[in-house]
Amino acid sequence: MKVDTANDRMAAFLRDNHDKVVGRWSELAMASVRGRTSLEEVRRELEDLCALIVRVLSRADEHAAGELTAALDELSRSRARDGFTPGETALGVFSLKEAVYELVADAADLVPEFLSFSRMVDDLGLRTFEAYSAAREQIIGDQSAAMLELSTPVVRLWEGIIAVPLVGMLDSARTQLVMEKLLDTLVATGADHAVIDITGVPTVDTEVAQHLLKTVSAARLLGAKCIISGIRPQVAQTIVSLGIEFGDIATKASLADALALALHQAGMKVVPL
Amino acid sequence: MERVPILTIGQTLFVSIQIDLQDESVIRLQEDLAEELAATGAHGVIIDITAVEIVDSFVGRMLTTIGSISRLFDAETVLVGMRPAVAITLTELGLSLRGVRTALNAEKGLEILNGKS
Repeated sequence: MKVDTANDRMAAFLRDNHDKVVGRWSELAMASVRGRTSLEEVRRELEDLCALIVRVLSRADEHAAGELTAALDELSRSRARDGFTPGETALGVFSLKEAVYELVADAADLVPEFLSFSRMVDDLGLRTFEAYSAAREQIIGDQSAAMLELSTPVVRLWEGIIAVPLVGMLDSARTQLVMEKLLDTLVATGADHAVIDITGVPTVDTEVAQHLLKTVSAARLLGAKCIISGIRPQVAQTIVSLGIEFGDIATKASLADALALALHQAGMKVVPL
Repeated sequence: MERVPILTIGQTLFVSIQIDLQDESVIRLQEDLAEELAATGAHGVIIDITAVEIVDSFVGRMLTTIGSISRLFDAETVLVGMRPAVAITLTELGLSLRGVRTALNAEKGLEILNGKS
């Protein structure tokens, strides 16, 4: 029960000095914000937090703890989106201790209460840290998913000829996506020639080559002929020095050459008017 | 045991697999096909696997074996109608079915056999 009464007294102290605590807290927190948001906005956020902390301390209702965590999570998320570091976010919470300490220092009888209060603020600070990294991971995940979507179009070059311009590094996840999209398009359009353009692939090592070969042989199983185009001089040298064999897969320097070959294989010819 | 029917259309044998392939029916199909090839002297075999949704390494090997058997009778095998998911599975299993020709659908398969493509 001792802890409870200490918490009650701390809650009472915070409630009595609400404006002073929030004011000082906002000032201290502003130092770490460095002009990225206004004092009023910080003050509004911290006022809500402070009111919630008082409710948790005084055990007024059982929803308070949940609401406080939710409010902290939301704060961390918005800070993560605005490009704050997790240190700055946590520092903002920790400065509550400093603000309260300055006021408690005048009233010496609140020291034990302050200790338990300080432990609670530490927990809250850690909570923002966790929420911050979770939010960051979410952002990174969303971005890489968006990139995956962006970077794998399948385009139709001609009746029966489709092309996949690959841009960026090829890893297993992307190869899988490219393969699925390519095969689905082959079935949907009834195309029997596919050009895989690797102009935008920065490096071709044994792993990337393996992925390319897999894609080609999957397309071959559907009855499509594959041509790999966009092999740059440096890439050609790497491929040869690594001893990668493309076997009977046709390779061309440019997409234009690949299209010409595909047209030829399809029994068509482009003639000047 | 379910049997896979073999249709003779001119000089071409047409096999459409529309059942879940069990090991026994696969072996039976190979035997039937060999006999049919010997009896008709067909020059081409079209295997339609549009309805096949699941393949394993055994089925993958069966397809290659059928290709090899047909070649002994001087007949070319064309595998048609493979689903993308099946193609990905076979590739992941490392089975690229060398020696078997493939086409998107039965019509294109016939074109290959008739030497149009």
